[in-house]
Amino acid sequence: MTISGRITAASRSYWLERDLHPGAWWLWALGLAAAASRTTNPVLLLMLLGVACTVVFARRGNAPWAAAFRLYLWLALAIVVLRVAFRLVFGGGEGETILISAPGIPLPSWAAGVSLFGPVSAEALLGGLYDGLRLATMVVCIGAANALANPKRMLKAMPGALYETGTVVVVAMSVFPQLAESVLRVRAARRLRGDAGSGLRALRAVVVPVLEDALERSLRLAAAMDSRGYGRSGEASAAGRRLTGVLTIGGLVGVCVGIYATLDGSSPRYLAGPLLAVAVAVAATGFVLSGRRVRCTRYRPDRWRTAELVAAGSGLTTLVLMWASTSDPLAMNPPVSVLAWPSVPMVPAIAVLIGALPAVLTPHPAIEAGVPAPVEPAPTSRAAESPQAVG
Amino acid sequence: MINLDRVTVTYPDAARPTLRDVDLTIAEGELVLVSGRTGVGKSTLLGLLNGLVPHFTGGHLQGTVRIDGIDTRHRAPRELAHLVGVVGQDPLAGFVTDIVEDELAYGMEQLGTPPDTMRTRVEETLDLLGIAGLRRRPLQSLSGGQQQRVAIGSVLTAHPRVLVLDEPTSALDPTAAEEVLAAVTRLVHDLGVTVVMAEHRMERVVQYADGMLLLPGDGRVLHGTPAELLVTAVSVPPVVRLGRLAGWTPLPLSVRDARRLAAPLRARLADAPAPYRGLPPHGAPVLVAERITVRYGRVVAVREVSLRLHAGQVTALMGRNGSGKSSLLWAVQGSGARAAGTVEVAGVDPHDVPGRQARRLVGLVPQTAADLLYLETVRAECEAADRESGARPGETRALLERIATGIDPDQHPRDLSEGQRLALALAVQLAAAPRVLLLDEPTRGLDYEAKAAFGAVLHELTARGHSVVLATHDVELVAEVADRVVVMAEGEVVADGPVAHVLSGSTAFAPQVSRVLGAGGWLTVGDVERALSAVAT
Repeated sequence: MTISGRITAASRSYWLERDLHPGAWWLWALGLAAAASRTTNPVLLLMLLGVACTVVFARRGNAPWAAAFRLYLWLALAIVVLRVAFRLVFGGGEGETILISAPGIPLPSWAAGVSLFGPVSAEALLGGLYDGLRLATMVVCIGAANALANPKRMLKAMPGALYETGTVVVVAMSVFPQLAESVLRVRAARRLRGDAGSGLRALRAVVVPVLEDALERSLRLAAAMDSRGYGRSGEASAAGRRLTGVLTIGGLVGVCVGIYATLDGSSPRYLAGPLLAVAVAVAATGFVLSGRRVRCTRYRPDRWRTAELVAAGSGLTTLVLMWASTSDPLAMNPPVSVLAWPSVPMVPAIAVLIGALPAVLTPHPAIEAGVPAPVEPAPTSRAAESPQAVG
Repeated sequence: MINLDRVTVTYPDAARPTLRDVDLTIAEGELVLVSGRTGVGKSTLLGLLNGLVPHFTGGHLQGTVRIDGIDTRHRAPRELAHLVGVVGQDPLAGFVTDIVEDELAYGMEQLGTPPDTMRTRVEETLDLLGIAGLRRRPLQSLSGGQQQRVAIGSVLTAHPRVLVLDEPTSALDPTAAEEVLAAVTRLVHDLGVTVVMAEHRMERVVQYADGMLLLPGDGRVLHGTPAELLVTAVSVPPVVRLGRLAGWTPLPLSVRDARRLAAPLRARLADAPAPYRGLPPHGAPVLVAERITVRYGRVVAVREVSLRLHAGQVTALMGRNGSGKSSLLWAVQGSGARAAGTVEVAGVDPHDVPGRQARRLVGLVPQTAADLLYLETVRAECEAADRESGARPGETRALLERIATGIDPDQHPRDLSEGQRLALALAVQLAAAPRVLLLDEPTRGLDYEAKAAFGAVLHELTARGHSVVLATHDVELVAEVADRVVVMAEGEVVADGPVAHVLSGSTAFAPQVSRVLGAGGWLTVGDVERALSAVAT
């Protein structure tokens, strides 16, 4: 095979439609979210929002969780609106440009420090807007990860040590819809008995059957899981379990502290880099040790290939470049005291645009045969569905 | 393959053992049907086979249970997962994952099967059970028959030698039940899996069974071929009762066997008067529903259905799962969703009046009758029902006593048998004396005797002028009790007429007697019996 032939073959297999490893999308999204946390520049934040949306619309599949992205957008909008509304309600008088001079409501002395209403300045509103926009961008980034990667597949990609925890989480996630369905059913049955009552008795009339139902269901599920071999692999000694527990939990706590210190510029530096590194190592040891006794295998595990590197890499590059560009602090966090259109710094802007690369540089998701699209298909396409899908 | 040696199981607080001194051996590759009334220990017997009894349920086990030579006494059920596959009654309750393919792989992941083996086994199982088109579908979105086949597939991938099925077709319509049973028999024939199956609707299964375990109720287990045991058994499918009546030997187990023996009987019945099937509806209808439409989002569950119900009539509502039967019942009762249409009972639309008044017009017993009950004792439940419906004190208790005698009033409703719980729910709803009574799948999990008792209750209700609607998959029950059948498909009424007319003309809904005797409108053994005695005199 010629070299050009090989390249063609490789690129064909690269572009073959498939779902990327959920971890890749999560790394990409977390990179963008962390990048957003570094700036309050509204232009950069809006660019990040745009980048996240572009990638989602270009690369999401037709599964139900992909359709949930809209909810995250609404949530983001609500966050911005709330942030600004808070400044209106709890007073936003710091600043020179007073827009509304509403009278304040005096509060008793125990509520000192909190004011209700009062004059509202443009600077305060702008501060609320920038803050809200930053949080909203981070929320949309997480939403993007959820839309692009099946959250349950993410659990499957967890290290062996977390396998059983993952199963528990999946089961718990299926319990809530069941509980809701159970409540609706029992309430409908109450109406059949003509009992529109209210108060404690009515509550009990719903809660008791629902709980009995849930208990019965969980017993049946436990029996089914036991019959199918759940928990069959490996018993560890008490001491071994304790050691892995301490390592894992301790490591994870360290990671949390380390990440906080890294994000919060005012924490001591030794808490940031070094602690984070040590904590990751400790947690990893714990995972490896406890993963060793798990003898479960994985069905069709997601594989990590070049496209995953591209997706995760672009998000992380955005983060690193954003991090490194400390040259112009005023552009990254434009002061609200100056009512001027913020300038757009060059390097961070390019960094953000790099985050959009997965929209074109990763393969399309596989179209799942038989899964109904989130949007109801047009009546004409019904005939094309497989007979099983209709049955 | 399966060997029980002097097995006795006693649950704590039980007066006597559930199973006593059971000795039995089941050979490899047999399909064995477990039969007996509700509460005689069928589930206990099935649970013994993978150690759920006593490891999971508690209780005291004497004797030994050996599966493929392995004693279950010291093995938890999970240690037997590679050997015994268990599928429960409600497949949805046993699903661990949410996608068909993952569910099939779950058991193998637990066993540590190598990934490439898993891949091939999942593909093979998808084909074996005819569910390859569903591989990426969410489990919740499947129909009942599909879910049951996925549940069977999910234990099959571990390549168990024994498959235990508890009431695999009880919730399914006749066609879906056929799908599941066809899959099971293919497993027995092609893979040599030993199958142990409990099923109340014996008429669906008995023809496929090699052996039968009959639990008479005193702790014993009788083991034999179906032909031997059914000669004397109390609960038997209609075709066997017909065989007994006509004196056929050997006793036919399937419609096909019976049909070959039926020519003389058909000739005798040719001169007999046509079966009597009640009077055609007369007088003004008690309930008039016009152009009822129910929609959930963009899905139309019921499409412009009109229905007239007459006093003293039992109407059966049939149709496959998801054809809109339940939605129609709830909409007619008034408390369910209704997008368009009107209902009129005694000049009032039950949708427009408060629940208390609506239930005096139309009563509904929902599919899970236990939802109606929430108190600790039967007595408290009855007293609450008296208060709610404004009946005189003691009315509900009296009703309950008439429907099912001898229920201990201090028992917890959850501890009642399925039939008793249905009776209690029925009594609670009847306390308000509704003119129309709607029942959604009332006979799920009832054995033949409980169904016969239920039929008698329906008869009494119609004699007192109630109009009853029964949504059900149970063809034999409809043949026994209904006067009129309404068949629904995709939210529309596709057939509506007298029971003999609709059932005997249908391929899916024809009862066994009608299949054996062909045209003539014979639906039940009772019909034939009356006709024969008329001919004899």
